[in-house]
Amino acid sequence: MSQAAIKTETVHNPDQIQKQLKNLRDDFPILSRKINGRELVYLDNAASTQLPKQVIETVSAYHEFHHSNVHRGVHTLSQEATDLYEEAREQIRSFINAPSLKEVIITSGTTDAINLVSRCYGEPRFGKGDVILVSNMEHHANIVPWHMLAEKTGAEMKVIPITDEGSIDMDAYRALLGPDVKMVAVNHISNALGTINPVKEITDLAHKAGAVVMIDGAQAVGHELVDVQALNCDFYAFSGHKMHGPTGIGILYGKEELLKEMKPNRGGGDMILSVSFGEITYAGLPAKFEAGTPPIAQAIGLGAAAKYLSGLDRDLMYQHEQNLLKYATDKLSSVPGLRIIGTSPEKTSIVSFVLDGVHPHDIGTILDENGVAVRTGHHCAQPVMERYNVPATTRASMAFYNTFSEIDALYDSLLKVNELFDVNQPN
Amino acid sequence: MLTSRTKNLYQELILEHNKKPRNYRVPETSSHQAKGHNPLCGDKLDVYLSVDEESSTISDVSFIGDGCAISKASASIMTTMVKGKSVEEAQSLFKMFHDMTTGKETDVTEDQIPSRLRVFAGVKDLPARVKCATLAWHTLDAALQGEEKISTE
Ligand SMILES: Cc1ncc(COP(=O)(O)O)c(C=O)c1O
Repeated sequence: MSQAAIKTETVHNPDQIQKQLKNLRDDFPILSRKINGRELVYLDNAASTQLPKQVIETVSAYHEFHHSNVHRGVHTLSQEATDLYEEAREQIRSFINAPSLKEVIITSGTTDAINLVSRCYGEPRFGKGDVILVSNMEHHANIVPWHMLAEKTGAEMKVIPITDEGSIDMDAYRALLGPDVKMVAVNHISNALGTINPVKEITDLAHKAGAVVMIDGAQAVGHELVDVQALNCDFYAFSGHKMHGPTGIGILYGKEELLKEMKPNRGGGDMILSVSFGEITYAGLPAKFEAGTPPIAQAIGLGAAAKYLSGLDRDLMYQHEQNLLKYATDKLSSVPGLRIIGTSPEKTSIVSFVLDGVHPHDIGTILDENGVAVRTGHHCAQPVMERYNVPATTRASMAFYNTFSEIDALYDSLLKVNELFDVNQPN
Repeated sequence: MLTSRTKNLYQELILEHNKKPRNYRVPETSSHQAKGHNPLCGDKLDVYLSVDEESSTISDVSFIGDGCAISKASASIMTTMVKGKSVEEAQSLFKMFHDMTTGKETDVTEDQIPSRLRVFAGVKDLPARVKCATLAWHTLDAALQGEEKISTE
């Protein structure tokens, strides 16, 4: 999203913006659920976002009226399913402004997409003396595949440190960049800290050093306007369930000239031009990387989610999320004994915190009793926990449909936690 | 407002043991020890035992570790329960505790369960927390069986 939206002061008053977005909440049927007799307060959007009825209905209509296998039959249903599937690819392409449909590979998620790059791009090219840079704030999905690659090829994985507030240490990054660096893998937004990384600058620096760039965009697509051409990154991965689409679906964007040179990751149907036992000719892009029957309904659902988001005033949504972030940061900071982990000036609407004397797991259980859904644990980012020397955190992550009063509910529940555990009380 | 379910889970005794865990120390010597780990929430604890070989009784037991209130209190209460007991008695307490927290149907009636263990009965309604309550006991069991590490996953 426009940098301007981060920097400028709110042009409207925050309540006004919330009012304008209020109707969108009605698009999400699950938000009117009751949990333990209370209104659901869903603050676990960084784990999975909820689905609007537009997505649910599109997927349901596919199953009801058009379901069949794709790219195979000449019959009407197969043709319809194929058209819907490829239409979804176009919606997703347009959503990230990829130049070509050939560069939009349908995968099962971010994890799958990163593994594909590590295996198909890295494995045949990397070797002893080569360096893969990952940041200290990565999700395990952007660490483990590179670790496995390093083990297999003899390449070395090095870590870009982060500052105390949770930003990438750009000086350290510059110092690490050298001719030996072949790959830079960083997330666009950290799921554990909320930091929005300067991925454009990171990419430009990497390219100057001759390295290829893999951006883990899992947390970004639901919040930011992502333009892969403007970023100029080589690979960009994301998941449907973090942008109000289904689970089991994700995208790998890759530059055509790189994807073209890569061998397929999996063999099977749909990814070949011709097969005889003597010789196999692979299909072109993107089919080369989509062996077997793909997640058709999920892809159509993701297309619908991209369309849904594209039809909204995303600047306004972004502004609202930033307002929620500010409100939550101020409010939670006033909870006695609470410390926020991740205080970068560039943040998305994620607040990760620890509370003196209470383990996050206990916090999570008590909040759930009050209908407040948050994530507790290491968030698949153990190196981040180690960096801040905490075993786990509690994380509240907001989407555009969240409200100020939901933050109040979180705040009230946290005071209850302090009361129950008889900690952080005024003497 | 705290719901009755929360109150039922976080009973006074649990909160108290969480705050002041008993037998929380690394002993100078021990005959058995094991490390327990719940990778889901990162809870880690070490259990140390001194078992008198002749009589097969647990003459000393202690623990250290990091974890939520449920796992810490459970470990603390466990040490107070098994100290001075025979290995066999400790194992049957483990079984009783395990059956209760996982909601298994057994012949054991509620009043046969020691009240200090009964305070954990609430976890059976919270599947995500059962492992927190049973981690210490699994670790004790592993130590007695001569295993050095257990993981609840
Ligand atoms: C930053 C980041 N990267 C990668 C992932 C993995 O996504 P998925 O589990 O959908 O493959 C997540 C989701 O938890 C994430 O937050």
